[in-house]
Amino acid sequence: MSNSYPSPSEWSDHVQRRTVLKGGAATGAVVLGGGLLAACGGDSGFTGEIGSASGELTFGSNASDPAPQAGTNAIVAAYMAQNPDVNVTLNFLDHNTFQENITNILKAGEDDVLSWFAGFRNKFFADQGQLGDISDVWENVSGLGEGFKAASTASDGKQYFMPTSYYTWAVNYNKDVFSEMGYAEPQNVAELTALAENMQSDGITPFAFANDGKWPIQGTFDILNMRINGYDFHIDLMGGNESWADPKVVKVFETWESLLPYHMTGANGRTWQEGAQALQDGEAGMYLLGTFAASHSEELAAKMDFFNFPEIDPAIGASSLDAPIDGFQMIAEPSNEAAAKELLLFMSTKASQDAYLGEDPSVVASSSEADTSGYNDLQKKSAQLANAATGISQFLDRDTIPDMAGACGDMFAAFIEDPSDIPGKLADLEEKKVAIFADFNS
Amino acid sequence: MVGIPTFLHVMLIWVPAILSIGLSFTNWNGFKLSKISWRGIGNYKQIVTVFEKDFYEALLNNLWVLVFLFLFATPMGMFIAYLLDKNLKGTAIYQSLLYFPVVLSLAVVGFIWKSVIYSPRQGVLNTLLGRTDPGNQIDWLGNSDFVIGLTENYGLSRNFLALIAPMMWQHVGYIMVLYLAGLKSVDPSLREAAAIDGAGEWQTFRRIIAPSLRPVNVVIMVITVITGLRVYDIIDVLNNPIGTNVLSLLVTESTSGESSNVGRGSAYAAILLALCFGFVIWYLRSTFKEDDA
Repeated sequence: MSNSYPSPSEWSDHVQRRTVLKGGAATGAVVLGGGLLAACGGDSGFTGEIGSASGELTFGSNASDPAPQAGTNAIVAAYMAQNPDVNVTLNFLDHNTFQENITNILKAGEDDVLSWFAGFRNKFFADQGQLGDISDVWENVSGLGEGFKAASTASDGKQYFMPTSYYTWAVNYNKDVFSEMGYAEPQNVAELTALAENMQSDGITPFAFANDGKWPIQGTFDILNMRINGYDFHIDLMGGNESWADPKVVKVFETWESLLPYHMTGANGRTWQEGAQALQDGEAGMYLLGTFAASHSEELAAKMDFFNFPEIDPAIGASSLDAPIDGFQMIAEPSNEAAAKELLLFMSTKASQDAYLGEDPSVVASSSEADTSGYNDLQKKSAQLANAATGISQFLDRDTIPDMAGACGDMFAAFIEDPSDIPGKLADLEEKKVAIFADFNS
Repeated sequence: MVGIPTFLHVMLIWVPAILSIGLSFTNWNGFKLSKISWRGIGNYKQIVTVFEKDFYEALLNNLWVLVFLFLFATPMGMFIAYLLDKNLKGTAIYQSLLYFPVVLSLAVVGFIWKSVIYSPRQGVLNTLLGRTDPGNQIDWLGNSDFVIGLTENYGLSRNFLALIAPMMWQHVGYIMVLYLAGLKSVDPSLREAAAIDGAGEWQTFRRIIAPSLRPVNVVIMVITVITGLRVYDIIDVLNNPIGTNVLSLLVTESTSGESSNVGRGSAYAAILLALCFGFVIWYLRSTFKEDDA
């Protein structure tokens, strides 16, 4: 049985930050026209204007941590202030529970609007007919670039996702340690290695390293693969179109192996929060993780800065990175479609994103109209980094089939524990990949 | 009166179990029924050829749990029950303390062991051992080196042994209560008669008490085996570190989340069901055969 499911590379090629930001202005111009058209009204009762829907609306959120939860509450409060006729009920669920049960949550159909991830993960549900088409909402959106639209579009060319924020993965470091010891941000991998050597002789572990849950170090693989083999190869590998047994991938692991001595040992049993604590206490100098590391504590947020993982191969450069986009989607048969769409439209606006970022400053707004004056240094730098990037990936567990991400997680964890026999481990992973992709596409 | 419970039992347990055996011969992503395709024993073949390392590791880990429960936790629970049955002073306090882990939800047990006891940075164990510096921390839950290596790829990993500890902690209390209830039901006149006949402590236990507790022993055996085979929660709560696969986790890993592989997950489940059943049927049959003889 053939599935018309395209590889993630087909959409990810579009999600390049340049188009994302440059497209912002252009889409803005279209908005007025779109608003007028949609104002005539569809059968859903969605008019394209905030304030016309009414009734009850349920909204399921995975924001179980305090800051995102406060941000989500702020979005809902801001929306209900604009349209008091809609009464939004928010259901929070633990982040991991939400993720593992998303299929059942979608089937239960109790929540009209749900938190989710852009790209491959959203597209999968859309192609399965589990999500509602929100193309008419997109006709009224302003301030979201074409890249965001591409990341929200399924195989049928319609939109099923409303991206609201993103964050970047980079090398976080402790500013106090850097200034005290006179370290500088490295510009290439040789400088990075030299810096790590310096730290070691100063009694500091160069890299904090944690892998509880088997996902955090996937970020290390992503960045090394993109630096060594380039963005396109990385996305093709994620999409199942390249072999894991390829000598190019072997080279990534050999490079990783050469960097392992600079990392904390025993990462597999350590939570990312414990890694962040080591960075905060100056036991470790750097930490390759999402900028959400700053959400570990206010102390760390104040001490933390980051730099883009430096260039390894000058022919490839250092202009691609992981920057996962978060947002919201609507179920296939919502009980209050007009209100659901109106809330999704509201979420794309400056008012909503400013409200969210006021509570959770660890992410960057998707809207080019959002207020950036309140951005802290980390957010400004994230936006700059993403701005300058030519290739944006969504992170390994969002760029490939979850089953495959699980197999990668196991292999990476086994590798950092025992880096021997890289070709054997990769051949085993490739064997699994072939089986997983064959099952997925049949 | 038995009709309604039987109906519910069949509908909620047996029908889904048989359906999932059926699904184990298909390939399906869990969404549209029209997309189910038949693949015969393909999933089983895939499990022993492509995913063989996960599968054998899981099978072996389930076996390790069984071995440890049988050799240590179950006898320990029985021994404690025997001691408590002697109406020691403060027996209620001992009972409560030992039964306490059974009352806790496994999520709480997982949390206690993970963040309080095993945490490399601030855990009780590393603090007591003075191993909290980043350079010399002991990684209790992440290190999958073998304590007992059977072959190059299979054995008992250190972190799985660390996971067996909380399981035993709970199991001891459970067995204790079951066995204690049994001991309380032993006719005291039997003990008196044995004492008058001059039987020692060990002789009384072996010849008088243990035989009269046969039904309780059957229950304890079955419970121990089932506990060993269905172990799941605590490993899931502790994020299933490398080297700690068990059969039930392979089932949920394949079937939960989006784009699930229902076929392969069902095949794992069918194997698990066959193991549970095989044992229970064999054990009950051999036990009751002895009774008839």
